[in-house]
Amino acid sequence: MSNISQATEGVVTHYNDKVVRQFAIMTVVWGIVGMAVGVFIAAQLMFPALNFDIPWLTYSRLRPLHTNAVIFAFGGCALFATSYYVVQRTCHTRLFSDRLAAFTFWGWQLVIVLAAITLPLGITQSKEYAELEWPIDLLIAVVWVAYAVVFFGTIVKRKIKHIYVANWFFAAFIITIAVLHIVNNIALPVSLTKSYVVYSGVVDAMVQWWYGHNAVGFFLTAGFLGMMYYFVPKQAGRPIYSYRLSIVHFWALISIYMWAGPHHLHYTTLPDWAQSLGMVFSLILLAPSWGGMINGLMTLSGAWHKLRTDPILKFLVVALSFYGMSTFEGPMMSIKTVNALSHYTDWTVGHVHSGALGWVAFITIGSLYALIPKLFGRSQMWSVKLMEAHFWIATVGIVLYVTSMWIAGVMQGLMWRATNDDGTLTYTFVEALKSTYPYYGIRLLGGVLYLAGMAIMAVNVWKTVRDAKPVEVPVAAPVHA
Amino acid sequence: MTSQASLFVAVFTIVNIAACLWLMWWTAKDRSTPGAKQATQTDGSVEKTGHVWDGDLEEYNNPLPRWWLGLFIITVVFGAAYLVLFPGLGNFSGLRGWSQVSQYEQQLAQAQEKLETRLAALKDRSIEDLARDSSAMATAKNLFGANCSTCHGSDARGARGFPNLTDDDWLYGGDPDTIYQTIAYGRRGIMPALGSVLGERGVNEVASYVVSLSGGKAPEDWVAAGKQHFETLCVACHGPDGRGNQALGAPNLTDDVWLYGRDFDTIRATIMNGRDNQMPAHLELLGEARVKLLAAYVLSLSGGPKKNASPQDQNVPADVEQSAVSGATSTAPAERESDDAQHPAAADSDGQHAAPSLAFNPQPSDPSPEPSSS
Repeated sequence: MSNISQATEGVVTHYNDKVVRQFAIMTVVWGIVGMAVGVFIAAQLMFPALNFDIPWLTYSRLRPLHTNAVIFAFGGCALFATSYYVVQRTCHTRLFSDRLAAFTFWGWQLVIVLAAITLPLGITQSKEYAELEWPIDLLIAVVWVAYAVVFFGTIVKRKIKHIYVANWFFAAFIITIAVLHIVNNIALPVSLTKSYVVYSGVVDAMVQWWYGHNAVGFFLTAGFLGMMYYFVPKQAGRPIYSYRLSIVHFWALISIYMWAGPHHLHYTTLPDWAQSLGMVFSLILLAPSWGGMINGLMTLSGAWHKLRTDPILKFLVVALSFYGMSTFEGPMMSIKTVNALSHYTDWTVGHVHSGALGWVAFITIGSLYALIPKLFGRSQMWSVKLMEAHFWIATVGIVLYVTSMWIAGVMQGLMWRATNDDGTLTYTFVEALKSTYPYYGIRLLGGVLYLAGMAIMAVNVWKTVRDAKPVEVPVAAPVHA
Repeated sequence: MTSQASLFVAVFTIVNIAACLWLMWWTAKDRSTPGAKQATQTDGSVEKTGHVWDGDLEEYNNPLPRWWLGLFIITVVFGAAYLVLFPGLGNFSGLRGWSQVSQYEQQLAQAQEKLETRLAALKDRSIEDLARDSSAMATAKNLFGANCSTCHGSDARGARGFPNLTDDDWLYGGDPDTIYQTIAYGRRGIMPALGSVLGERGVNEVASYVVSLSGGKAPEDWVAAGKQHFETLCVACHGPDGRGNQALGAPNLTDDVWLYGRDFDTIRATIMNGRDNQMPAHLELLGEARVKLLAAYVLSLSGGPKKNASPQDQNVPADVEQSAVSGATSTAPAERESDDAQHPAAADSDGQHAAPSLAFNPQPSDPSPEPSSS
């Protein structure tokens, strides 16, 4: 960095890191909240009495709270923080509008708080990952448009010709989520807290899963790949492995992901042709997805020795590994014959969490550990040992979680379909459920470990930022214009 | 799908796949252009693109890994082949002629065929006879699991609102024919809501009396007053001594078998708001052979064939006109209570609990619940 001269147009401009700091800290806070709710409902699956006969604490209401909190509050804040940070650094300019950026922060926090209130009250559209009712949906749309304006405004005023690959992914994520959110949530309100979605029947299901799967594809994949493309090369101190791989896997990923939604509706009333297209494109998605993993892992080649001492790199590498594993598992599960076994079982839950805990959260945690000291003028987190501990505890947590759900899921699938020689079904549903209990226990343990890791992170972050003064970082001049 | 829509789907699909192939071909081309910035790096990788961001962010321009390209191409080829063989490209139904409906029907037919063969061997035997045949009962147990366990539990011990089938207490009668009737044609047990007739106080009194019938404690004066109401309002179905009437499906109130619960509050809610219990008819759904086998299974659960039902004078045991009867009252009772009954099943009827703690409820908490003995 030493050879960077500062922008010398009279006034030295600085990056807007305030909004980045705000989002970064809230990422940790919402991560703990969302994961704690997850642990609680995992416990409820084992001990149903834990809902205490209080409607607000029932599984059916807390489960959407968990998913919304971890995806949109934890994941969302992480994406806001890193995209704002990265777009400024790689465009060599301050954010387009400080006011709008501040609006996105407070607006997004308001969305989260409203979600945390309405979901336990049972106010819901009943669309998975899109439960929030129409007034909140409108607020989300407004905040999101503001986000797009800030992000693309910053891209437009960039001081360097080439747009860095991380920004392609952030851009695709921002545009697509806007489209998905708006289309999926078109509804007719009948009161402040109730609306009816305009689609019906299988069309509704298809729109929902077009949304649902692309929320995975663009929110949880493309967005976090943007994060990966900045923090992995930065932390490894190595150039990105292949520019042209970036190009192929970017375009292939975003064009093919769009088709994959129907694999959530195998063996339903969705017409056969739509199911088949969902399956075929999910399979073709395998290589484009792996493109990102390869580009990340190969970037590290030559820096492997740093893994031994740098827990941040450990998080990033393991995140990429889980990314590769989940994006292999997903296409396999989309094959109809496999899906006939896996659908509706806990295998799906395991798959989602290997992506969520292993990829999304690990890449976030690694990035935050790299980012937070920089935002607060420190050279490193308060304790490297604690980062190390966090890494190992969380990794064990994921492994317990994912393997127990695999076993449980395959077992459930086999039990549900087992028939006797006389043509009758071998097991009742309850028998399969009973057999799942031990695995629910292991999963709960995995979740507790993962949450404990987040608590360790919170301590470390607190110690790092407590006495720190936020630093103003001057905008760096581009090396080549 | 109209042919235009079909064409659109097919063309769009093919274009997207083709575009991916083109993209691969285009980027895989060797283009170590003369203008490229740097030569081979020390570690053997290729040139960088020359872009630099944020001080030190750079990019190599390595060629696409061969194995990765191969993987991409394999998935594309597989996908294309799949779309030729299976439905996918709009209205084109695929060379294999596969559909999920035909797959389902095939698998179902296979299982049905096995089961029908099995049933054919059993269908002419009597219910009592079947109930003694352990291999027949093994099949029956699985039929029960698939068709009955949702309400009655996979162990047949019922749940709140759903009778336990393993004891020897029967709402409509436990002889083979009656059980068959119950399964084949269903039952509807209705306990009318008496809240508006009896009023708050009257309901408390009758509930107290009912509690006392099975040996529970309740305030003397309420029990006495409740008895009077009972003798005008309740006897028609539950009989003068409260022992029920199987012709009507009216439960015996003097034993310790309760469908919804024997505590004061629950009984009070039952009287206040009534109950509406439904056993669906299964003859059309399952056919005679399966119903018969299930009747035998239920019979075997409660200790096998034996004398007729339990208490009381039951008049027309078996061939009571099911539906006519079912129109009649009753509800409750049957089998054992629900403590052990895990499930929330009838939970909503539970919501009516709310009522009890109404304004005047002076002493009830002490008196009612724990029926001492039995």
